[in-house]
Amino acid sequence: MDAIRTEELTKHYSVGFWRPRPYVALDRLDLQVSQGEVFGFLGPNGAGKTTTLKLLMQLIFPSSGRAEILGRPVGDVAVRRRIGYLPENPFFYDNLTAEELLTYFAALFGCPSSARAARVSRMLDEVGIGAERRFQLRKYSKGMLQRVGLAQALLNDPEVVFLDEPMSGLDPIGRREVRDIILRLRDRGTTVFFSSHILGDAETLCSRVAIVAQGKLVASGRVAEMVPFRIRGWDLVVTGLVRDQFDQFVPGGTSVREIADGRYHVVLPETAALDSSLSRITALGGQLVSVNPIRDTLEDFFVARVRQTDVPVGRTLSGSSNEVR
Amino acid sequence: MRSILHVATHVFRDSVRDKVLYSIVAFAVILMVSSFLIGQLTAGQDVKIIKDLGLAAMSLFGLFIAIFIGVGLVSREIERRSIYAVLAKPIRRHEFVIGKYLGLVGTLLANLAVMAVAYYVVLEYMRFVMPPGQFKITPPVVDPKLLIGIGMIAAELALVTAVALFWSTFSSSAMLSAALTAGMWVAGQFGADLRNFDQVVKSPVAAGIGRALYYLLPNFAAFDVKSQVVHGVPVAGGYIAVTLLYGAVYAAMLLTASVFIFSRRDFK
Repeated sequence: MDAIRTEELTKHYSVGFWRPRPYVALDRLDLQVSQGEVFGFLGPNGAGKTTTLKLLMQLIFPSSGRAEILGRPVGDVAVRRRIGYLPENPFFYDNLTAEELLTYFAALFGCPSSARAARVSRMLDEVGIGAERRFQLRKYSKGMLQRVGLAQALLNDPEVVFLDEPMSGLDPIGRREVRDIILRLRDRGTTVFFSSHILGDAETLCSRVAIVAQGKLVASGRVAEMVPFRIRGWDLVVTGLVRDQFDQFVPGGTSVREIADGRYHVVLPETAALDSSLSRITALGGQLVSVNPIRDTLEDFFVARVRQTDVPVGRTLSGSSNEVR
Repeated sequence: MRSILHVATHVFRDSVRDKVLYSIVAFAVILMVSSFLIGQLTAGQDVKIIKDLGLAAMSLFGLFIAIFIGVGLVSREIERRSIYAVLAKPIRRHEFVIGKYLGLVGTLLANLAVMAVAYYVVLEYMRFVMPPGQFKITPPVVDPKLLIGIGMIAAELALVTAVALFWSTFSSSAMLSAALTAGMWVAGQFGADLRNFDQVVKSPVAAGIGRALYYLLPNFAAFDVKSQVVHGVPVAGGYIAVTLLYGAVYAAMLLTASVFIFSRRDFK
């Protein structure tokens, strides 16, 4: 049984007040996500990521197609006891504290009243909300609200978690913590479906990804299969040499740029012999600060596939030529 | 059923901390207390003025609470997107709507109770400072029958809340919902005029529209028994029962329509 399965899932909206026109937010999406996977749902802004998540949460209803979570239709209340959802830029009730909000949600999940306080406290600890848990949410920063959002999504120890842009609004420490939480969930066997346009996160965390653009699925599969491990060159940072000395060992046309006093950034092409270049640096009295391979990234793949998508911006249903955005 | 109770409790907790609510209740209580001073300016009518003003303050400020907090129940949740996290929980949409309604009615009743206590404190003080010779006036200063008026205000406000909830289920703008609810309340005060519209207009079409509106709009005027209870005029039990039943049926119809619309709505 798949954790998530969609078949030809489609959503059209009517846009325009006087002359309503159909707008295709999502076009025949087919997805299968296995249990225990960390699945990245990637795409540029407006690609249909949030629309898909809202369809899976039944916040909106599909125009056609179907979707299942854990083998049951998405509207099934019993399924919702087994899933968690973090909306994009979550916002909750100003007048409640984080504790009260989570206690309310725990009650909706059917958590017995005797166990609620402990469950809520554990979840707030897990997302790093300390004494602030007794402050009203109106006093929370965006990053803290995101943490509360994560806590409410994980409150019921879900089997499948849906995270819509979970890194949004977080500082580098917060992003690291969210990554750690996702990795912990993966280790527990929880299925994580998260949308993002931050590709580095997806590359680090996901076993498989899907890329959507203009409402269509343009690619899906394992990250390793999408991004072949092919080295395209080398990134060096060198100190202790002067500019002219580089000409003695780097091929013509190589980029050599001074990035600080006496510190140079060199981009060696893949055709250059790395070992002999490193030996020459040492022989000339230079010191190697760092060396990193340059290879294709998920971002390269993403940009290439999104650019290939030939659906015009402001896509409409077939037969309608008007741009709607 | 349990989910409805959880939502209602949550609404009550969230609403009673709303600063707007405190302001409205505080203002109503100040008005009731100051009615004592206003009553001093009128010769012989001070008790009736205080009773009238107190009930009017409860009715008016209760209306503000029902409209401004009532429309916010759903509209504000949609505007601020807090509804996304809630509806992803194991709760059916009709449970959410009914829970919201019951929570706000509970909030309204609690506030009405605060205002009623303030009202009776003012009346008790009035009785305390009154010369002994005036004790035996009819109706009495501290009259338990005023509770009938307060009860009818509560029923009216429960119906206003249902109207506010109805508009807010398909309008994303809290202000528009508030305006529509207020408009419906004003129109509902003219039930008798709409019913007898044919006596003031010649056009049968206009008279028909007036009559149709009379049946369509909630007849809020029917709940107004303030002048009777203030002047000690008995209000028939049958009238109260029929009016309460009318309010309950109308509110149930509005809630059913709200649930129907809300259950099919896309939250974009």
